Amino acid sequence: MAAITFNNVLKRYGKGKHELQVIHGVNAEISDGEFIVIVGPSGCGKSTLLRMVAGLEEVSGGEIRIGTRVVNDLEPAERDIAMVFQNYALYPHMSVFDNMAYGLKIAKVPKDEIQARVAKAAGILELEPFLERKPRQLSGGQRQRVAMGRAIVRQPQVFLFDEPLSNLDAKLRAQTRLEIQKLHRELGITSLFVTHDQVEAMTLAQRMIVMNAGRMEQFGTPEEVYHRPASTFVASFIGSPPMNLLASAPHVKPGAILGIRPEHLQVVPQAGDTGWTVQVEAVEMLGAERLLYTRLDSEQLIVRTDEKHGAAPAIGSLLHVMPQADRLHWFDEATGKRL
Amino acid sequence: MMIERRPILDFFAHAILLAGVAVIAFPVYLAFIASTQSAEQIASSHPLSLLPGNHLLDTYRLALFGGKTYGGATIAAGWPMMWVSLVMALAITIGKIAISLLSAFAIVYFRFPFKRAVFWMIFITLMLPVEVRIGPTYEVIANLGLLNSYAGLTVPLIASATATFLFRQFFLSVPDELVEAARIDGAGPMRFFFDVLLPLSKTSIAALFVIQFIYGWNQYLWPLMVTTSEDMYPIVLGIKRAIFGEVYIEWNVVMATAILAMLPPALVVILMQKWFVKGLVDTEK
Amino acid sequence: MEKRVLFKSPWLPWVLVAPQLAIVLVFFFWPAGQALYQSVLQEDAFGTSREFVGWENFQRLFSDESYLASFKTTALFSALVAVSSMSLALLLAVMANRVVRLAGVYKTLLIWPYAVAPVVAGVLWLMLFASPYGVIAYALQALGLPWNHLLDANHAMALIVMAAAWKQISYNFLFFLAGLQSIPQSLIEAAALDGASPWRRFWTIVFPLLAPTTFFLLVMNVIYAFFDTFGTVDAATHGGPGKETSILVYKVYYDGFKALDMGGSAAQSVVLMLIVIALTVVQFRFVERKIEY
Repeated sequence: MAAITFNNVLKRYGKGKHELQVIHGVNAEISDGEFIVIVGPSGCGKSTLLRMVAGLEEVSGGEIRIGTRVVNDLEPAERDIAMVFQNYALYPHMSVFDNMAYGLKIAKVPKDEIQARVAKAAGILELEPFLERKPRQLSGGQRQRVAMGRAIVRQPQVFLFDEPLSNLDAKLRAQTRLEIQKLHRELGITSLFVTHDQVEAMTLAQRMIVMNAGRMEQFGTPEEVYHRPASTFVASFIGSPPMNLLASAPHVKPGAILGIRPEHLQVVPQAGDTGWTVQVEAVEMLGAERLLYTRLDSEQLIVRTDEKHGAAPAIGSLLHVMPQADRLHWFDEATGKRL
Repeated sequence: MMIERRPILDFFAHAILLAGVAVIAFPVYLAFIASTQSAEQIASSHPLSLLPGNHLLDTYRLALFGGKTYGGATIAAGWPMMWVSLVMALAITIGKIAISLLSAFAIVYFRFPFKRAVFWMIFITLMLPVEVRIGPTYEVIANLGLLNSYAGLTVPLIASATATFLFRQFFLSVPDELVEAARIDGAGPMRFFFDVLLPLSKTSIAALFVIQFIYGWNQYLWPLMVTTSEDMYPIVLGIKRAIFGEVYIEWNVVMATAILAMLPPALVVILMQKWFVKGLVDTEK
Repeated sequence: MEKRVLFKSPWLPWVLVAPQLAIVLVFFFWPAGQALYQSVLQEDAFGTSREFVGWENFQRLFSDESYLASFKTTALFSALVAVSSMSLALLLAVMANRVVRLAGVYKTLLIWPYAVAPVVAGVLWLMLFASPYGVIAYALQALGLPWNHLLDANHAMALIVMAAAWKQISYNFLFFLAGLQSIPQSLIEAAALDGASPWRRFWTIVFPLLAPTTFFLLVMNVIYAFFDTFGTVDAATHGGPGKETSILVYKVYYDGFKALDMGGSAAQSVVLMLIVIALTVVQFRFVERKIEY
């Protein structure tokens, strides 16, 4: 177990006029034993960042530390890390047991120790009946667990997860999420988990790094990220449906953007000083709640209501909505940053 | 390919296929027939009979071990030539596969200076079969003192890049994640090569084995040039020599030798048919 | 195409490519270079005198009747072999594709000639036609068509074409079959629904979709006919009668080793090299995926 430090980490590809900078100065301190999720849209650089910690990509600038060691120039095998890949990366010609034992064999761990560790991991992950099978004889979820088992037996200082749940179906994903949480509670190993799914991020992270276009937009707990987003990007990325961002509506100060989450808008009889009059464009029934897609001048406003407030409004009808005063977020229009 | 279920078309198809099989098999069938005749039967039948004779054992014994024939000629023993062919074929096959695996591994999985130049130097050999460079290659072999030797017979034929190309294609299709997982597991490049890459390459290796074995066994022009002593003749050379310059050709022995020459490669093809077809169609495409 | 993750080692890759590189340098580049060098020299048979003659060997070559004749012979030979071998193979492949169940059996029965050495193929077909034992020669005689490949150049050509084509049918068959099997059944079905007969379907849909395979096989067959048939020619006709079936690769051998004309033979080698390079480039450009580095 160890802390991880990102010190102005940069990543560049190419040379000369073809040079492309993909990671711009990431700074973060991760404590020993924390479960950190790195989340962002495709292409934001989250996998690249993870792979730099793994040693699979070179660090173009800055430092990455694991524990007290600077690992920039260390080979993956020397960093005392283990990784769970998106496509599991199991050796197809080896049995489940051999897959999990491979790294230990190379490290010349004695045979009975290998046996013990694999048995223990297999026990935790319920893989005992499959130890002699080959990967192609297992289902996706089972392969995922073997991939995790391979990481566990190494007893590393850091666990790295590269979008491990993307290839699972929805139900399995939810189940595996719980298993990963359980594992972390039991083993307490510092973990970096990359995903593009903000729900996974919100449910798994103790703290999360929200990335966009190679920049770290915010590093905080799910609470902080949800209730005090540091930029319009974070505000609209986290939370589903996304936060409403208004630039030109009434009550919005010039040069600023107003953010209000759909669940913090109420349908009221009168617009009043702080409310708006909107026209309903579409209604989505989601069981216990309803989403109203409304138009406010040239912008869209999504409102979340439930069935307690009577029947769904008709399309085209006018409504009055009012935001909760303490739930307003203000952002600078030019930079997108929180004011 | 055809949707219509007319049985007449099925019959038609089978008829053509059977005819095809017959045409393909006919020369070899006749060869076999001839090899079962005695020399007198050959001499007296114009044309050669279409039915088997009963001198199979005699003829094959003559073909394998040599001796005096009916016509008075001395036939050289066939089995030493088969041995030469076997050693040659295996040496070429194993040699080629081994060095190609290593080269393809280096080219696909490493970054090193002049890689591009090395790549093209190796792949340009795809373009020139040995027949085209025979003269000067002969001189090189002669200068190295390797005439009439197994080394002289086999090493120049290992030069071409067909196997390297095939392995390169295959290695490129292996998922990157396997290498990454191996690196994280602590495996160095050679460890990865032996523990992961080679086991996954089994099918390609098998396919190449068939193709190269046949290539090596059937070599004719090159052995013709670099061997002058009969004890280094591969069997295919022996057959040709048996019909060249003879006024009177002992067809039964010649055909027996031909059958013997065809057996090992045919066996390899038929037994390893699955891999062979897969390898052939995949590599060339 | 490069892998995303590469190993870094200053010395290991060199050790790995060393064996192949060494053999390629010694047995490929060095002789090829020699051939180029020799082709612009005139040496006597004993190598005691050497004179730089520039293009003279090539000029001599292209004004030599027998060389041009050899070119024609080779062109004719490869055309005949390619066309006959490919059409028969295509026919068999189409039939085999239809007979789904037993296709495997037929495949086994049709592919083994690939294992036969070209020289053995030559010997086998020689036997079929050698008088007075040749079964086919006898049959032709009985039908009133006298056969004599020792004297008649056309008969000799026919003999080597048959021997070479026979052997190549298996190779072509395998590729055509694979090509046919890769055509989506849904296309055929759509055409059938559109009212096309099997004959029409074949020529308007299947054959065009086989074009890459066909083109590829054409190039491979030409290369085969040019270079792999030395043994066949040597066994069946010795390039005879006279020089009538002396294809280019046979001539290179004969001139270099029997007639001991090293300069001329080297020049011929160079010409052959250029032909192969041209053919291979054509194949890579139009048939294979481009080799991206």
